[in-house]
Amino acid sequence: MAAHRLRIHCPHCGVRAVEEFAYGEIPATPDALTDVDARDVDRAFMHSNHEGPVSERWFHTFGCRRWFTVRRDARTNEMLPLPE
Amino acid sequence: MNEFVERAIDLRWPAAIKPAYDVVIIGGGGHGLATAYYLATRHGITNVAVLERSYIGGGNSGRNTTIIRANYGIPEAVRFYQRSVDLYAHLEQETDRALMHKTKGLLWIAHSEAGIRQERARAAVNTACGATTEYVDPAAIGEICPQIDLTGGGVWPVYGASYHPAGSTARHDRVVWAYAEGAMRLGVDVFQRTGVIGLRMERGRVTGVETSQGPIAAGVVLSAVGGHVTTIASMVGLRLPIRTHPLQAFVTNRYAQAFHPIVASSGLGGYASQTAKGEMLIGAEIDRAPSYAYDSGYPFLQHCAFRMMTLLPFLRDLRVLRQWTGVCDMSTDYSPVMGLTGVDGFLVTTGWGTWGFKAIPAGGEQLAALIATGRTPDLIAPFSLDRFARDRTMADRGSAGTH
Repeated sequence: MAAHRLRIHCPHCGVRAVEEFAYGEIPATPDALTDVDARDVDRAFMHSNHEGPVSERWFHTFGCRRWFTVRRDARTNEMLPLPE
Repeated sequence: MNEFVERAIDLRWPAAIKPAYDVVIIGGGGHGLATAYYLATRHGITNVAVLERSYIGGGNSGRNTTIIRANYGIPEAVRFYQRSVDLYAHLEQETDRALMHKTKGLLWIAHSEAGIRQERARAAVNTACGATTEYVDPAAIGEICPQIDLTGGGVWPVYGASYHPAGSTARHDRVVWAYAEGAMRLGVDVFQRTGVIGLRMERGRVTGVETSQGPIAAGVVLSAVGGHVTTIASMVGLRLPIRTHPLQAFVTNRYAQAFHPIVASSGLGGYASQTAKGEMLIGAEIDRAPSYAYDSGYPFLQHCAFRMMTLLPFLRDLRVLRQWTGVCDMSTDYSPVMGLTGVDGFLVTTGWGTWGFKAIPAGGEQLAALIATGRTPDLIAPFSLDRFARDRTMADRGSAGTH
């Protein structure tokens, strides 16, 4: 797998250098935890940190100044198509 | 120790993997090999395998900036890292290997009133917890390091610093090899090019690992990997307070004069020291977006070099020789995570972020004591994984964040 220099595909402005953007975290997804305390600990401190494709939010600070979602392979920084 | 009279390092590679070991350590970097070394030398436990998917010391152990220090911001961390400073100071004698350990002193520069408060607090908590750090004024900084521009290029004025005389460096791959050699001499098996692809579980207990070379049964499994601990932990359904971020660094060509201390600045988000070859070694903060890719980029070089030149103007005349990237496991509270995990038979040492090299001796020693006795030593008890559920986080971002 060839590593890609991280470049962000803004849906409004096109492909730009990562320095134009603010990283906006990975949105929380519904989890399978049923214990209320365990779920609180998980939400406050734990991370999926997936070694593979991740969906995450970015903000185009020096561009259109809009939030958007991208899908990126965390192993290579390759931009992936968003799921339908 | 005179490095010119040292004997060749004698790594005794094992012929074949045994079907079972008392302890299997995943990750042949500094932490994994030091744990194996202390298991063998301090506790007589030698039926140990260390599994490295690439070559030993090829991950973050070979990509860090080799700084050793104990000037942290919270008492538990100061005590732990001071233990590591003490062990490093005698590691050359103990292993009979030249590790190029050199005590240099470390200046942590304050550029603002908030910075002055932070460095005064650092000196106070260090002194109270057994490390030596004092607050120094700009005149004293000029004495310790005449190359610093005390006006900070007119942008980052130097108002003071904390000075940590024990700050030192050592040759990182020699540390890895010394621990590997010492462990292997006593019968520990170290396997390179042996990646772990699964963990074996029986009735809620980890009983072995699946590797690229076949299965191995284990009494205890320790994950000492850097960068991929989330993937290993997920094999037993364990979630960790870890995100993996890239960290970049670079060296310049040779600076002809001696640059004695290590200089760090929270304001500039960078630090500099001189290698034994005379190169200036400069590092910075992590990249914001988590990633497992080893990207190195020009924007980092430009940003980091520009900022460090305001403090050390002589850097202008040097050239960048090379740059590289490691992937750092950053914990949610910026402190390491060591010990039991709640999964029987499975331990971790992780969350080493950008500060793993300095912790290798103490981390290895304490993990070995935990594995040998089954009890978590007092020195690392505050860093256990269950601190998050117990609401006892060890927030230390200010002193851990860069190096």
